[in-house]
Amino acid sequence: MLTLKFRHTAKRRLSGKQDTAIIGVVASGNLEVLLERVLPGAECEVDIATPITGYDETWKAVIDEFVERFSPGGLRISVNDGGARPDTVFLRLMQGCALMEEV
Amino acid sequence: MTDWKSEQRSREQRLNAGAKFAEGKMVAPSASTALLQAVIRPGDRICLEGDNQKQADFLAACLANADPKVLHDLHVVQSGIVLPEHIDLFEKGIAKRLDYSYSGPQGAAVARALNSGQIELGAIHTYIELFARYFIDLTPHVALTVARSADRDGNLYMGPNTEDSPAVIEATAFKGGIVVAQVNEVVDKLPRVDVPGDRVDFVVATPRPFYIEPLFTRDPASITETQILAAMMAIKGIYAEYGIKRLNHGIGFNTAAIELLLPTYADKLGLKGKIATHWALNPHPTLIPAIESGWVKQIHSFGSEVGMDAYTRARSDIYFTGRDGSMSSNRMYCQVAGLYATDLFIGSTLQIDLNGNSSTVTQDRIAGFGGAPNMGSDAHGRRHASEAWLKAGREAVDGDPPLVRGRKLVVQLVETFSEKTIPAFVEKLDSVDLAEKFKLDLAPVMIYGDDVTHIISEEGIANLLLCRTAAEREQAIRGIAGFTDVGRARDRKMVEKLRERKIIRRPEDLGINPLDAQRSMLAARSIEDLMHWSGNLYDPPNKFRTW
Amino acid sequence: MENAAIYAQASWFQATARQRVAGLLDPNSFTEFLGPSERVQSPHLHLFDLPSAFDDGVVIGRGKLDGEDVLVAAQEGQFMGGTFAEVSGAKMVGLVRAARDHKNLSQIILLLLDSGGVRLQEANAGELVVAELMRAIVQARSAGVAVIALVGGKAGAFGGAGLTAATCSRIAVSEQGRIAVSGPEVIETNKGVEEFDSKNKALVWSTDGGKNRRLIGGADAFAEDSMEGFRAAAKALLTHVPAFDLRTMQAEHKRLAERQENFGACDDAVSMWRILSIKNPEAIRDMDSKDFAALASSIKEANHDAR
Repeated sequence: MLTLKFRHTAKRRLSGKQDTAIIGVVASGNLEVLLERVLPGAECEVDIATPITGYDETWKAVIDEFVERFSPGGLRISVNDGGARPDTVFLRLMQGCALMEEV
Repeated sequence: MTDWKSEQRSREQRLNAGAKFAEGKMVAPSASTALLQAVIRPGDRICLEGDNQKQADFLAACLANADPKVLHDLHVVQSGIVLPEHIDLFEKGIAKRLDYSYSGPQGAAVARALNSGQIELGAIHTYIELFARYFIDLTPHVALTVARSADRDGNLYMGPNTEDSPAVIEATAFKGGIVVAQVNEVVDKLPRVDVPGDRVDFVVATPRPFYIEPLFTRDPASITETQILAAMMAIKGIYAEYGIKRLNHGIGFNTAAIELLLPTYADKLGLKGKIATHWALNPHPTLIPAIESGWVKQIHSFGSEVGMDAYTRARSDIYFTGRDGSMSSNRMYCQVAGLYATDLFIGSTLQIDLNGNSSTVTQDRIAGFGGAPNMGSDAHGRRHASEAWLKAGREAVDGDPPLVRGRKLVVQLVETFSEKTIPAFVEKLDSVDLAEKFKLDLAPVMIYGDDVTHIISEEGIANLLLCRTAAEREQAIRGIAGFTDVGRARDRKMVEKLRERKIIRRPEDLGINPLDAQRSMLAARSIEDLMHWSGNLYDPPNKFRTW
Repeated sequence: MENAAIYAQASWFQATARQRVAGLLDPNSFTEFLGPSERVQSPHLHLFDLPSAFDDGVVIGRGKLDGEDVLVAAQEGQFMGGTFAEVSGAKMVGLVRAARDHKNLSQIILLLLDSGGVRLQEANAGELVVAELMRAIVQARSAGVAVIALVGGKAGAFGGAGLTAATCSRIAVSEQGRIAVSGPEVIETNKGVEEFDSKNKALVWSTDGGKNRRLIGGADAFAEDSMEGFRAAAKALLTHVPAFDLRTMQAEHKRLAERQENFGACDDAVSMWRILSIKNPEAIRDMDSKDFAALASSIKEANHDAR
């Protein structure tokens, strides 16, 4: 298993009232994303566990783009990856953010 | 003295040789291999109907059983390499040279056989190109066809599975060739005559019905959120924008998603009656909800689809139907219809490069092209205008020139990564390497970039009509290539400018929220739903039933 | 409102465990126990370079079904086939034992089974936990707890899940659901394709699927493949849960013996349905849920208290 950790300072804290959200399932081509509003200010951390090695650069690109566009400040995001495509990863992160933004 | 009757004489000889195994035109199944060995000569061009759907499977097995010392070096000219027996012919040395169009089910086997030198490849064609050559330089000496039933005079009834046969048989019969048909049964009176008996020389009634490949059935349960998002963009960003009424969909889950969004998403957009009314299309089960909801005026089909016989029979206002009440198809006519009488082709592909050239060929799988190169090409011979065609044509030029032509919309749906996380956007197509390896004259390209007008990925739509330079075209493609290496190497500033010029449109630019792309938007979410939509007229094949 | 309507129609078969829990229970009534944030995950999967799930593929908690308190356990069939393993199984066993021991907890448990059996990577733990679960269910039923199995997911209820279903008070099944012990592939591998062609989906579903189970007494309610369908089935079953006593057990033995006698010589479902005096057995396959549920209610062998 490969574990990756990314730390960012987002542009702002994510809005919404939810403390935690979970989306997706660990299965082939899919992934599970757990979001927890536990970090201070606009800090953001993404922890990834994946059985597929060799895609470090792609994960970094996906996370960079996600943080840039959605500003998930204050969130600790944990991913259990079942071998999903980058666009599926991006979709789940967006879905997770939308759940956290609910009031 | 010039001999002008050699073909006729050869035909007489073959008929005489074959007559030993027949009573009139009727041949017993057990005598079929002997018959084929009698009427076929080494080096002959043969068309063993491996159509898209129907297969002359009994005759294929008989031919594969022939003695290679008697039958060898045959030149196979047929649209589909579908059955294992089609490959057996080459492995046994019965056949040597191949000109064909589509080999989906045998893609890997074709690659292997080419590699080992068992197949000498003439060319991979698009369907009507191959059929056209049946009349010029690839006329079959012998055609092995398949029909539902025959009468004792050799008249043939094919029902919904007419497909390639009329073109194949006309070319063969009128150039002194021999036509052998396998049928499910011999009857006294046919429901209708699809091929007249005086084009047919021998008929075999087989012990089992012929095999039909369920090629165009897509299970809605397998449609993903990404495919739904792309379908939403296609409907709002292209079909609505250009007013696409006349169209063709290539095979695939992406196009199935579009079909299933018509009664729901497209309906909410107020598009009923304004788009998707006239189709060149096989009887896709996934179009049933749209038909039942009143979206469709008329469909002409290339072939049939397993399980759809009763439904098409009950919807004769929509489908082309014979006097007997059952559907009739014709691949040649439908391909021409798709070329000249539709305003849009949309289909998916496995690889696309920075010019928009697309291909389904990879190192270990050669699937051929099918109809895509034809459907996905701009017909320069077209002379009638339509709004969509003129609008697309105007986008391709600057100013308002007097002799402007229209353009057919050719749309490629590309998911940035395939299921196996292999990138679809590439700097160089695998085809190019393949052409070098097999010393092919042409790298197998399914659709050339200069015919492609739009590319849709989950990241957005790239409008190539509006591009004016190769650099713009390249960045437009990189700009929708997502997280692939090709996409990550984009010039971000230039991509933003292209977005301002609407050359690239993201889902948000179209007013689409990617999170709205949910399976609940599909009019049918399972094969069983489709069956219920059809009032149980659709009879799904076993392999699609989970009930 | 529109979303709720669409959601109610959403397929149970294609949904995740969490979507089923949310769709089954009253809106916003669910509280999860040992939720994903607590990260009670499998201690074994990483040894095989396999990804874990934050909840090890089982969601447990409490909620309301039409205002009534219930406990819920839902297996995620898409994760490792919904299999029983050290953690996933322990969550279910713990829930059942809690209901057994604490009268202040709801005395109704809804088990959303979606499992192919034991997780091979955790074989011994998985086998043990199936035994523990079956024992816990029996003890809970003795203490007056109603345990309702809801079966309609892609993994079906095979192996340990099939056994578990059989220990429950009542069983609801949909057309897509399957209940059995040996899986189709296992039967084919051991007995040959002529015995059971596991690739013949129509055959597999006609044998192990919800319609057959409902007709021959292997399930007590037939649910439409939707959230609303299972909600309605669960509610209906809760109105009449048999007592867990000697009389019930004796009735069950009698029922099973009769079933063996009636159907023992049949080698396909259609011949069983013919014995049940169903007029047009071939039409069962494509019959819609409403008509089928009505038909099933009229069959004597399908409706009993003996479980």
